[in-house]
Amino acid sequence: MVTPAAAAPLVLAAGEGGAPQLSEGGFFAAGAWILLLLPFAAFIGIVLVGKRLPKQGAELAVGAMAVNLLWSSVLFVRNMLEGIHREGSFTIARIGQLGGADLTFELGFVADGLSIMMYWLVSFVGFLVFVYAVGYMEGDVRVPWFFASLSLFAGSMLVLVGAPNLIQLIIGWEGVGLASYLLIGHYWEQKENSDAAVKAFLTNKVADVGLILGAILLGVSLGGFRFSDLARAAVEHSEALGAVALAGGLLLFFGAMGKSAQFPLHVWLPDAMAGPTPVSALMHAATMVTAGIYLMARTFPLYQNMAADARQWMIPVAVITLFVLGFLALTSDDLKRVLAYSTVSQLGYMMAAVAAGGYTAGLFHLFTHAFFKALLFLGAGSVIHAVHSNNMSDMGGLRRRMPVTFWTFVVGSLALAGVIPLAGFWSKDEILATLSHEGYTAFMWAAVAGAFVTAFYMTRAVALTFFGTYKGHGRPHESPPVMTAPLVVLAVPAALAGFLNIPGVKWGPIGNFTEWVGARAAAMGDYHPSSIEWDLAAYGLAAAAAGIVLGWLIFSPEAETQAARDRLEIPVLYPLLRRKYYIDDLYMRGVVGPVKGPLARGVDWVNGHVIDAAVNGAGFLTAWLGGLVYGRLDQQGIDLMFNAAAGGVGGAGGRLRFLQSGRVQQYAGGFVLGVLVLAAVFAVVT
Amino acid sequence: MIVTQFLVLGAVLFSLGVYGLLSRRNAVTVLLAVELMLAAVNINLVAFEAFWNTAAAHGQIFAIFVITIAAAEVGIGLAIILLVFRNRASGNVDELDLMKW
Repeated sequence: MVTPAAAAPLVLAAGEGGAPQLSEGGFFAAGAWILLLLPFAAFIGIVLVGKRLPKQGAELAVGAMAVNLLWSSVLFVRNMLEGIHREGSFTIARIGQLGGADLTFELGFVADGLSIMMYWLVSFVGFLVFVYAVGYMEGDVRVPWFFASLSLFAGSMLVLVGAPNLIQLIIGWEGVGLASYLLIGHYWEQKENSDAAVKAFLTNKVADVGLILGAILLGVSLGGFRFSDLARAAVEHSEALGAVALAGGLLLFFGAMGKSAQFPLHVWLPDAMAGPTPVSALMHAATMVTAGIYLMARTFPLYQNMAADARQWMIPVAVITLFVLGFLALTSDDLKRVLAYSTVSQLGYMMAAVAAGGYTAGLFHLFTHAFFKALLFLGAGSVIHAVHSNNMSDMGGLRRRMPVTFWTFVVGSLALAGVIPLAGFWSKDEILATLSHEGYTAFMWAAVAGAFVTAFYMTRAVALTFFGTYKGHGRPHESPPVMTAPLVVLAVPAALAGFLNIPGVKWGPIGNFTEWVGARAAAMGDYHPSSIEWDLAAYGLAAAAAGIVLGWLIFSPEAETQAARDRLEIPVLYPLLRRKYYIDDLYMRGVVGPVKGPLARGVDWVNGHVIDAAVNGAGFLTAWLGGLVYGRLDQQGIDLMFNAAAGGVGGAGGRLRFLQSGRVQQYAGGFVLGVLVLAAVFAVVT
Repeated sequence: MIVTQFLVLGAVLFSLGVYGLLSRRNAVTVLLAVELMLAAVNINLVAFEAFWNTAAAHGQIFAIFVITIAAAEVGIGLAIILLVFRNRASGNVDELDLMKW
């Protein structure tokens, strides 16, 4: 447990009129809400007119993302130079009362180190993925709707990371869940794909229950849903929070487990590969799975103080995720599934770091991981686009046919494996340092072993995809520039982003990553190494090197690929991994089966016999009553009245119309007659 | 001053106007009958003004108003009659029954 005294609680100061060393951020921070709304505007625009535009709405989505990228880049650079903290909320509704104070529902935005980093990351990766998708989805089905959903996806994530309170976070959170459902099931004509979408949605829903209960518990106990209030209460050990802090913290973590695919709620993520590849890239790099890590980072003070006991649960879950689930990538033939399991494992690293107190280490891994994982997915998409199959048994030998994809994919793989000096090396080393420093030595070794597994399966993927002989059909060729350009652009930060946060190194006026998101912002109790710990780095590096060498020995093109893979089929382990530790089977038989079987049949019986009877009875009664009212009251009562009135008016009109002869003198005669009558009456009365 | 003669003259004139209005078929004659009625009213106005002899001379002013408006009305009326005559080659009011049901 790290004492919070070291780092100044700046988020609290910000709540009291602005911390002295932080800037308000000027125009671009004040208008940061634009970032949250622009993708939604694009969504509505595409839905309304997308079909009629020359690029089927892609230009709206890309345009909105380009504006977002420019805007958030300005924020990002300003935050590098001076540190920004700005928060704005306005009250939407009063939702209750607590001890005389109003409990309110607010919407707004935050622009601080953490949010600005996420704004930029989502916009940057989102922009590249959108551009890539223009090429990837060319001539595909439902392109306007695809880009509309992508915009919704990115916009919901921006609402999530820009949320100043738990309720807005939940709104963005559910928006992300909805958009991911739409996108995973984009090719819903095939049953597996819509099943995968439902699986992702339902698994996330299970976790969302935790998030919502946690938010209600914390918000109602505290009298407000704002993160700044929550952090303040957690740091000051307020009594209002005392009884529920641990429960609330665990519930929020349960929510984060769903979105960030932590064991045992990870099952949806590999299946989510059913969506088009740009969706996978976006989902794994920036918009969906990082949401849970972001939530843990946003509520970091809670876990460092009042809910510190929750960490006893969080770290083991995270370490199981990073270590055990990484193995599943070894047996998968689907290239995208390999990457999906690697994401699950890397999310374990991030979660372990944040839970152990490595706020900046976890976020830095999130930051670097976004680049190389987006790169890897887009590279995989490029390959899949060329060979029209997800399976590595249909690939091989693509090195010379797709050189740009190959080289960028190698850069991404090495960065993911943690090879010095690429991005993954630095961020993974900081996580190891955090775990070691906080006394979680056993978990640290598990993380080192995880690095070995990562390097091993990435070598396998590269070897099976790009080396050896081509095993698929047709003649694959390099993808168009609109797809390779994002790969090249992403390869740069995937290689170099690690230098932004080398422990102890500051780059002149911009400092380093720790300063942008950590020390200047809300990270009380953050542990970040002040110098690089070379012994730990050496372990990580050795593990990665061993993984690469072993992987190369087994899967190198010289060895006959299929035979080599058979050699790996160790009796117990291989089926265990093939069946994904039977977790999916457990859910199918233990949860889905009973729900679909007896429970569903029971509910169906109740539905058919009890509810339907009631509904039918009510329907019959209503129909009978309606008949009565129609026949007696309406037809014979009310209609009669109206018919009589109408007939009377018609008859009178028929007779009276003869008075209108059109002859002026007749009218004048009537006029004179009237005057005479009036004169006579006047004479008689007076 | 005795006002009765003037009122009798006005009444006779008005009655002649009403008779003309109702009995004549030629539109121009009908218009002339209307002018007779207006003249009868003017005689009444001027007679009463002379009888009460007010300083503001309301009666005379009103009579001038009536004459002005009558002139305008005749201008419009004649224009209408001219157009109708051109279109239908007839100036008889009893044939102008287009506005009936």
